[in-house]
Parts: sequence; structure tokens; C-alpha cells
Amino acid sequence: MLTAEEKHQIDHEISLVPAPKNACIEALKIVQHSHGWISDESLKDVADYVGMSPAELDSVATFYNLIFRRPVGRHVILLCDSISCYVMGYETIKEALHEKLNIQYGQTTADGRFTLLPNCCLGTCDCAPALMIDNDLYRNLTVEQLDEILNKYT
Amino acid sequence: MEKPLTQHIVPGRAPLSLKEYEQVGGYQSVRKILKEMTPQEVQALVKESDLKGRGGAGFNTGLKWSFVPMGPDAATPKYLVANADEMEPGTFKDRVLLEGNPHQLIEGMIVAAYAIQASISYVFLRWAYKVAAREITKAIQEAYDAGYLGQNILGSGFNLDMHLHTGVGRYMCGEETALLNALEGKRANPRAKPPFPQVSGLFGKPTIVNNVETLCCLPHIVNNGAEWFKKLGLTADAGTKLFGVSGRVKTPGCWELPMGTTIREILEDYAGGMQDGYLFRGLLPGGASTDFLVEEHLDLPMDYPSIQAAGSRMGTGTMIIMDDQTCPVGFTLNLQHFFAQESCGFCTPCREGLPWVEKILLAIDKGEGKPEHLLTLDFHTKYLGPGNTFCALAPGAMEPLQSALKYFREDFERHIHEHHCPWSKAKAWQPSI
Repeated sequence: MLTAEEKHQIDHEISLVPAPKNACIEALKIVQHSHGWISDESLKDVADYVGMSPAELDSVATFYNLIFRRPVGRHVILLCDSISCYVMGYETIKEALHEKLNIQYGQTTADGRFTLLPNCCLGTCDCAPALMIDNDLYRNLTVEQLDEILNKYT
Repeated sequence: MEKPLTQHIVPGRAPLSLKEYEQVGGYQSVRKILKEMTPQEVQALVKESDLKGRGGAGFNTGLKWSFVPMGPDAATPKYLVANADEMEPGTFKDRVLLEGNPHQLIEGMIVAAYAIQASISYVFLRWAYKVAAREITKAIQEAYDAGYLGQNILGSGFNLDMHLHTGVGRYMCGEETALLNALEGKRANPRAKPPFPQVSGLFGKPTIVNNVETLCCLPHIVNNGAEWFKKLGLTADAGTKLFGVSGRVKTPGCWELPMGTTIREILEDYAGGMQDGYLFRGLLPGGASTDFLVEEHLDLPMDYPSIQAAGSRMGTGTMIIMDDQTCPVGFTLNLQHFFAQESCGFCTPCREGLPWVEKILLAIDKGEGKPEHLLTLDFHTKYLGPGNTFCALAPGAMEPLQSALKYFREDFERHIHEHHCPWSKAKAWQPSI
């Protein structure tokens, strides 16, 4: 069930566009913001609210890299795997993360703390390698910095 | 050296508030056009300035605007969209403008919107640019509060609303028509042209999509004139340009320099040359979808015709350097993995061809390549090239591949003949997923 606050925010987005379904991506973002991901139930709720079939909305939701259709951890790590980070050796960061968190790409740590995902170019190529955790960007990364960075997130 | 776009940007400091921006001449162009110029005069001025789109295509901005229907019979509302998606690997120039001086972008958007008589505008910002999102939100509110946005702007009768739309991650959203689909709440597939967005764009109404850097040039053109703008460039191309360098150079970064500055000057004087222990092998001049240039091209001026004549494209003007310790096959594989992953899957050559290319490159990189693989890659560069796909994603992907096969063919052949990657005895690069 969509909460009153979610409905209020979605209504605002709907007021800006010609038809409710035009606001479906914004609605998914709003629901993901409060739940962390889009469950089948949430997808159906949003679809009903904006007047789309669940299948139609799912085709939109699954198109975008940052709409999560599977549960994620409390914090999502996006490691840039694009060319400038590749040249600057992001793979050592990747291997260190795999080892420290004991997970591969697409997986969540056993304690539900982190999900690790690859991400194309974070747009900070002059400070490669880079990663993002939630809203925080880390640049000019070295393996030595990782423990301190990860410890910030509980 | 004049640096109109970045003159008020101080790295590490918060961008200018609206009040501070006004104190250094901000929003003067808006006052000028609303008071003294017709929309057609603004269009003519920008056309005359020879401002070319800074998103990569390099089309004359004023000319692009001139295709928008004008006059009382034109469809309404009309839309203006700032393309701030910037997801091409190696490209990070608009971030500097978005985080450093959001009011300059808003001012440019008002100029563009007035020129085409748009009443609704969007900043389409990529998800990862969190700082930019915060600063733009703040700046839009300040502009509304000061009467630069909203109804009857500065008493002129001109109305303009502005919204920030943050994307949810897909490279395709940077393509003009796919971006419009994303704004409409759809999958970001490209649209067939014609009709062109200038006539039938967002929600079927006339729409202009301009790159952030392009829009940021506009206040300065209005304030200083077309001739002034033309003279900023060192060669035939007008204006300044944000150039960036990433890779194994001493001081990677982004600088506003005259259009036509040579590659060597950018690399050596600004990026500080190669890091100790690394030698230059090649570069992509303007993002992941441009052809490699090599040593013989270093004295070329960075402008649209010069780079095109050398067989590449200036693209976004942000260079990616390949050094002698980076495997050209691995480098190309990384690029093709990106393009294969980000293909929207709408047309068959791109959806099927790019993963095929990626698989072949992975086999070569792992030492499992066969001589005939190079022929297969060669024909892909043609069959996925211009004219064979629905949009420019696959042709863009083929640019670094075809030039890597041209300039670094020996490296590809060595992988095949020696059955391993000469750069890394441990293991080949593994695509993420």
C-alpha cells in the first residue's frame, strides 16, 4: 500500500505532466526512496495509482539501472567500471571489495549492510578510480582507504 | 585568456548565490533580451556566433533553434531541455559547470527558452550528480524568488517554468529523442526522425534539447556579441571549450581553453604530460565513442573540422589517454562492454552485434582468439556503422573499435598468436556482469 506521504509526492509529480503515467518513473523513485527497492507489490501499487498495467510499468522499471527490482542492502556501493577507472586500476579496488565484503557484484552482505554493483562512468574521470556509496562520492581511491570508507556505514 | 564559462567557478568553493552572481553581471542577458530583442533576433545572434552544440554532435545551435515553429499559430506549450545526462565514459566537463555555477546554466536556459518561446523547461540531470542536484534545486528556487522564472518575467509578459528531473541511470538518456521518452515516463528508446523534436518533441510539442555547456555560452554571446564569441576561438571554430584529460597523466583535469588549442598543449601544458614510467600510446579525443588518435595527431587543433579530418570526432572534448602499460585489447573490451550493456535493445544490429563484439574481444583478451576473429570484428565495424542502426549508439561504439584495429592491430594479433594477454599474465579483464 502506498503511504499518504508517497501518494502526496506522486500527486505532485502527476500535476506536472499531461497524464499520470508520464510520472511513473518519478513515482518509482519516490517508492524506492522509502523502501530501498521496488517489490512486486510496490510495482503493482504504483501501476494502479498511475493507470498502467504492472507489466507495462515493469518494462520501464527494469530498463533503468538504478531502479532496483530486487532487495538491496542498507547501503549500495556503485563501483565505476568505465574506461578511465579501468586505466587507473579500479580492478584492485574491485577485488579488495569482493574480499572485504565477501560478496560478488549483484550480491548483498550477509548482515544486509552493503550491496555491491558495477556502475558505468560516475563522471569524475579526472579523479579515477571512483565509487559511490548512497549519496557519497569517493574519488582517487586506493585500496588502503577502503576500510575507513566502509566503516562510515553501519 | 578569456574564460567566460568558468570565470566565476572556484574549485572547492560553493557556487555563487543569485545575489553574488548578479553582482558580477549575472542575468544581464535576460534583462537585455526581454527588453531589447525579439526571439528571432536572439536566434539570429546565436546563429551568427557560430556556437556549435557542445554535447558532441557540433551542430549550429541557432540553426537548430530555427526549425522550431514560431508565431501565434505554433503549437503550445513549447519545451526547452538542458541535457545534463553526461554518461559517456571519459566525459566529465558539464559536471564542472553544473556544480560550479548553476545560475549560469539557468540564465542560458532562459535565453534559449525565450528564443524559441518555450514556457516549460527541464534540466535532465544524471542520477550520480548529487552535488549538482542540490545546487541546481537551490538556484532554481532563487531564480523563481527573484522573478527570473515563473509568470511575467521582469514584467515582460514572458513566462517560463523550470523543473529538475534526475534520471535513473541509462546511457541512452543522453540521446536527444530517448531523453524525451525518459521524461515522458517511458523506456529511453530513441524515436524515429522525422518528425524532429523541434517540431514534435516532448509530449508531442516543439522541443529543443541543448547540452549544458552550449546553454552556458548563451549569456556571454548575448552580452558580448557574435563577433566577440567567434574571436575567442583560435581556428575556424568559435568560442572557448571545456577540455578535459583523464588517464595516466600527471595532472588530470578540466580546463576552459580557446577552441582550436592543440592536443599537445592540452596534454603537456595543462595535464602535465604523462606520469613518470608511462609512455603515450593513443587517446580518444572526446569520450568513449570517438576514434583513437595517436602520436602523429598531437599537434592537431582541437576543433570540429580538424579532428574530423584526422578520422575522429571532437565529441565532448574530454580526452581519455591510453598509456603503454594498458592493453589496447582490454581497453577496447572495456568500452565495448559498456556499449553492449547500455544498448537499449531496440534495434537488432545493436542488441545482437555489440554483445558479439564483446565476446570476441573477451576471447582474444583471454588468449582464446582466432585469426578469423579480426575479420569478424572488421565487418562488425561496418555493419554496426552509420546507416545500419536506429540511432548513433552502435556507430559510436564502432569508432574506438575500428581505430583500435587500425592503430593497434599488432597488439590484437599478438594476443591471438601468443595465446595470452602480453600485458597481464595473471588474467584478462572480466566484464562486470
